[in-house]
Amino acid sequence: MRLIDHFESGLDAPICLTWELTYACNLECAHCLSSSGRRDPRELTTEQCEAVIDELQRMQVFYVNIGGGEPTVRPDFWHLVEYAVAHDVGVKFSTNGIRLTPERAAWLASTDYVDVQISLDGATAEVNDRVRGAGSYDTAIAALRNLRDAGFKDAKVSVVCTRENIGQLDEFKAIADEYGATLRLTRLRPSGRGADVWDDLHPLPEQQKVLYDWLMASGERVLTGDSFFHLAAFGESLPGLNLCGAGRVVCLIDPIGDVYACPFAIYDNFLAGNLLADGGFARVWRESELFTELRAPQTGGACSGCAHYDGCRGGCMAAKFFTGLPLDGPDPECVQGYGEAALAEPRGIPAASRDHSRSAPTRNAPVLLTLSRRSDLKDLSSPAAPPVSACAESPLAGFVPQPERV
Amino acid sequence: MTVTLEGAWALSPSVALRPERFGALAYHFGTRRLTFLKRPELVAVVRGLATADDVEAALEGAGVPAEHYPAYLAALDGLAATDMIQERAA
Repeated sequence: MRLIDHFESGLDAPICLTWELTYACNLECAHCLSSSGRRDPRELTTEQCEAVIDELQRMQVFYVNIGGGEPTVRPDFWHLVEYAVAHDVGVKFSTNGIRLTPERAAWLASTDYVDVQISLDGATAEVNDRVRGAGSYDTAIAALRNLRDAGFKDAKVSVVCTRENIGQLDEFKAIADEYGATLRLTRLRPSGRGADVWDDLHPLPEQQKVLYDWLMASGERVLTGDSFFHLAAFGESLPGLNLCGAGRVVCLIDPIGDVYACPFAIYDNFLAGNLLADGGFARVWRESELFTELRAPQTGGACSGCAHYDGCRGGCMAAKFFTGLPLDGPDPECVQGYGEAALAEPRGIPAASRDHSRSAPTRNAPVLLTLSRRSDLKDLSSPAAPPVSACAESPLAGFVPQPERV
Repeated sequence: MTVTLEGAWALSPSVALRPERFGALAYHFGTRRLTFLKRPELVAVVRGLATADDVEAALEGAGVPAEHYPAYLAALDGLAATDMIQERAA
């Protein structure tokens, strides 16, 4: 049995576990995977979180990726980090940097086994703030500076690759280098609020080739969280596992203890159980019906005849699901072009669920709308063509009022 | 530094092993590097390093046939290069 077959049939404990500690967030990123914003009132308490960590220690889950929402806004966040490390569970946490003060950076620099990942989706404030909100670039850079100045080694700069930032890969690398950090690139998923903006933000086919070539040239100096295995169909595989690990080697625990197959699939169809209601995390991981199903041998479906199937293995389950494509067919961003064909077919996009977005956007919320002229007007300089449709014509059109005669 | 049959080595104190059906996962808390030990025999060798007199004794103890020693030495070299195992005083 090859190693990859062992992974596909599932391990007794996940290799890599993502734990969203809260849905609360100070930002409202347009592409948020978890539709975060407001805290869920059922959020796990400090004691419940400690019990989860105890269980992870027993299962020998070596490290967790803590995220949110913005995990550092939880008042017990730093305590939980310390608790995890003291219980042999290493921590990597993702943050927009809002709480990374010089004091906190100094504390982090003095702590072993904690890794920090700062989210940055543009190498310039203009590109970053358009999707992450006004001021978020400055916050991220300030956090990186504080970490560097405190002597923290090897932070991660985590970038979601979009149509708007693929051209900035070298600049991202330069930013990471400047702050003694490692660059980490991940794939934009149509999950959560990402579903609303995916059509406009996901990299174009020619940009995927640019990304692939750039990653191949960078090798292991740039991290990818194994998120681009769909690009393996270009030829050579990128470093990493190169398979969908959902429910097999990865999973997600959400702020209320719900366990999902992967971090990009916070949706009823991928809910394996709840660690409070279903007898603990180990039991959900080992016995849930959903995970058993995901670990059963999968067929390539529509992809099984493709010469590249061994490379990409059909791509990302979440990307397919949230774009309304069948799970046993091609990835929407299939680099052999089968995705575009599939997207052109009639399909239904799953309705939003588990939405913790703020009910009203705040002052700094990103607005992806751009004001522009109608594209069907040939002469853009001519003010003679008003942007009104035929049915909006004024009942007074052509009426020129005459001075009244008395 | 190369792993030889005469050398004395041990699992790095920052590394934890998790048994799996294929062998074990080795995780280094310091470098945050995850490595797969793809054979149960290799896991036995790595576990035995600390108490065996030298590498050869650890290989013998794990029941590795002598003709496979070069392959195991190469695997141990890889683990030494990433600080998964460390040289110790014999």
